[in-house]
Amino acid sequence: MLGEGIIKGMAETARNFLGSYHDAARLTTVEFPEDKIPAKESARNFPFLVHDGEDAMQGLRCVACQICEKECPPKCIFIIKDTNKKPDYVGKLQFQPKVFDIDVSVCMSCQICVEVCPFDAIKMDTDFELGGSDRFGGLLLNKRRLAKPNSYYHTIHPTEAAEVDGRLAAEKAKVEAKAKADAEAKAKAAAAAAAAKAAAQTTPPVVASTPAAVVTPAK
Amino acid sequence: MSESELLSAPAPTAMNYEIRPKPAGTSDAEVGGELLEVAMGPHHPSTHGVFRMDVVLDGEQVVKLKPVFGYLHRNHEKIAENTTYLASMPYTDRLDYLCSMTNNWAYALSVERLTGLIPPERAEYIRVITAELTRLVNHTCLIGFLLQDMGALGTPLMYAFRQRELILDLFESLSGSRMMCNYMRFGGCRADLPAGWLEQAAQVVGGYGQFLDEFQALISENEILVARSQGVGVLPAELAINSSITGPMLRASGVNFDLRKADRYGIYDRFPFRVPLGDHGDVYDRYMIRLLEMRESVKILEQALREIPAGPIIDPKAKIRGFRPKAGEAYGRIECPKGELGFYLISDGSPNPYRYRVRPPSLINLTVLEDMCLGQTVADAVIILGSVDIVLGEVDR
Repeated sequence: MLGEGIIKGMAETARNFLGSYHDAARLTTVEFPEDKIPAKESARNFPFLVHDGEDAMQGLRCVACQICEKECPPKCIFIIKDTNKKPDYVGKLQFQPKVFDIDVSVCMSCQICVEVCPFDAIKMDTDFELGGSDRFGGLLLNKRRLAKPNSYYHTIHPTEAAEVDGRLAAEKAKVEAKAKADAEAKAKAAAAAAAAKAAAQTTPPVVASTPAAVVTPAK
Repeated sequence: MSESELLSAPAPTAMNYEIRPKPAGTSDAEVGGELLEVAMGPHHPSTHGVFRMDVVLDGEQVVKLKPVFGYLHRNHEKIAENTTYLASMPYTDRLDYLCSMTNNWAYALSVERLTGLIPPERAEYIRVITAELTRLVNHTCLIGFLLQDMGALGTPLMYAFRQRELILDLFESLSGSRMMCNYMRFGGCRADLPAGWLEQAAQVVGGYGQFLDEFQALISENEILVARSQGVGVLPAELAINSSITGPMLRASGVNFDLRKADRYGIYDRFPFRVPLGDHGDVYDRYMIRLLEMRESVKILEQALREIPAGPIIDPKAKIRGFRPKAGEAYGRIECPKGELGFYLISDGSPNPYRYRVRPPSLINLTVLEDMCLGQTVADAVIILGSVDIVLGEVDR
């Protein structure tokens, strides 16, 4: 029958229309500014810099190694390295960026800076409501505007942040253990040296004198 | 020029853009009008982006059609030659911005051929799952847009987008972004599936059959659709083969060529699925091919979601920093939803490729547009272009 397909189609439309009154799955629109869909845990928008401790500038994890600047596909990161080391939040001397700018009007949110960073210093933000009235300065974020605390990172990406913290703690423990072992070895060596010295003072040495290195003149 | 003369005149080739001289003994007075040259686009809703069709019309019939593209040229290949291998990955998302996962895969595959990295089992399964989901996204969008070109304003497109959104949600929870996924890496994938992802995906895939049934009830038997699309824009199989057309367009003309079967890249040899073929090569066949392919994709997805093993997701030899493949060249191609997408790379051992070339299916499928449109009406030219399935990001690169 001519027109049968059209009637079938209209019936389907009517079913969807009526269904939207009682079936939540068929009602897909979210009234945005009033209602919001919560951000997914893996969501990414623009990068930010993670800092530990209270003072944002002192606690930046970034050591200005400039790998992200090199790998950034649209080249939106600009870094100037500080010439001398400064104490970080625990007082350890570190290199820090003098200037760290990200031009978010160029950034394409690809997350490659996050992947290549060996220090877990740069992470992706989920904040997308970034409207402003300044086209140029407003979109060029400096390190003060980029720095956000580790606790913020934990609120937006809890699983990932816990994993990163675990890894950093493990690395730190490893470094500390090595430092401790080194210190112990040093102390042991010092003690041994002191003992040997003390022994040398009491008894005259019987060790044959080591011959000095023979220096052959250049031909 | 009368209709019989138009049809008896030798068919112009796609590259011959000059208006043919009128046959001897004819004049404008005899046919009662002049040929009219119209520039459709670049800002025309039916051209799916910034694309221009310079058509020459005799009344309402297309006598000549010249596709003009390049408005969206972004120098993708040269940028890739001046940046590291990894940094090109997010740019590939932006080629065909509906199918970023398959673009990623094609590029990752060529770099893997160049370097010999081997993705682990789980990564291969994730790739198949994301690629088939991408196929669903692309075909769902395409049939929505095609029907909109035919005048079914709104309803089918909104139904298609409602369903597409479910898959984009999956992509977002997996990769962090709905469309610009940037998910695959050389030798595997970037992140493992989040908890509960597989169940969610199984739910979406399980509901897809119902959506396709609903869509077919809504429109496939519609008399207007049938009248508008059957016998329109016929692409003969010989011309399709000679013009290196690939993908659903080729299969709608009845040529059985699917890289998933022909190349068996990845782990596609483990999935039994059928390749739907068309009979007539017209717009209706191209529409139906996409619906049928989606049903096959659903089968592949159901199997992959059931069989996916646990394990690592990236080759342990893969390096994220300081990636330098040894000198050589490689070509990797996959069956992306639009056809054969290939990346040709030459490495000279430096951190960036010496030559980087994309074989874009959209552009090559567009070359037969004139042959399909000649003798059709302007309104048909619009749906013929819609059935080619182009994305201008990929045509212009």
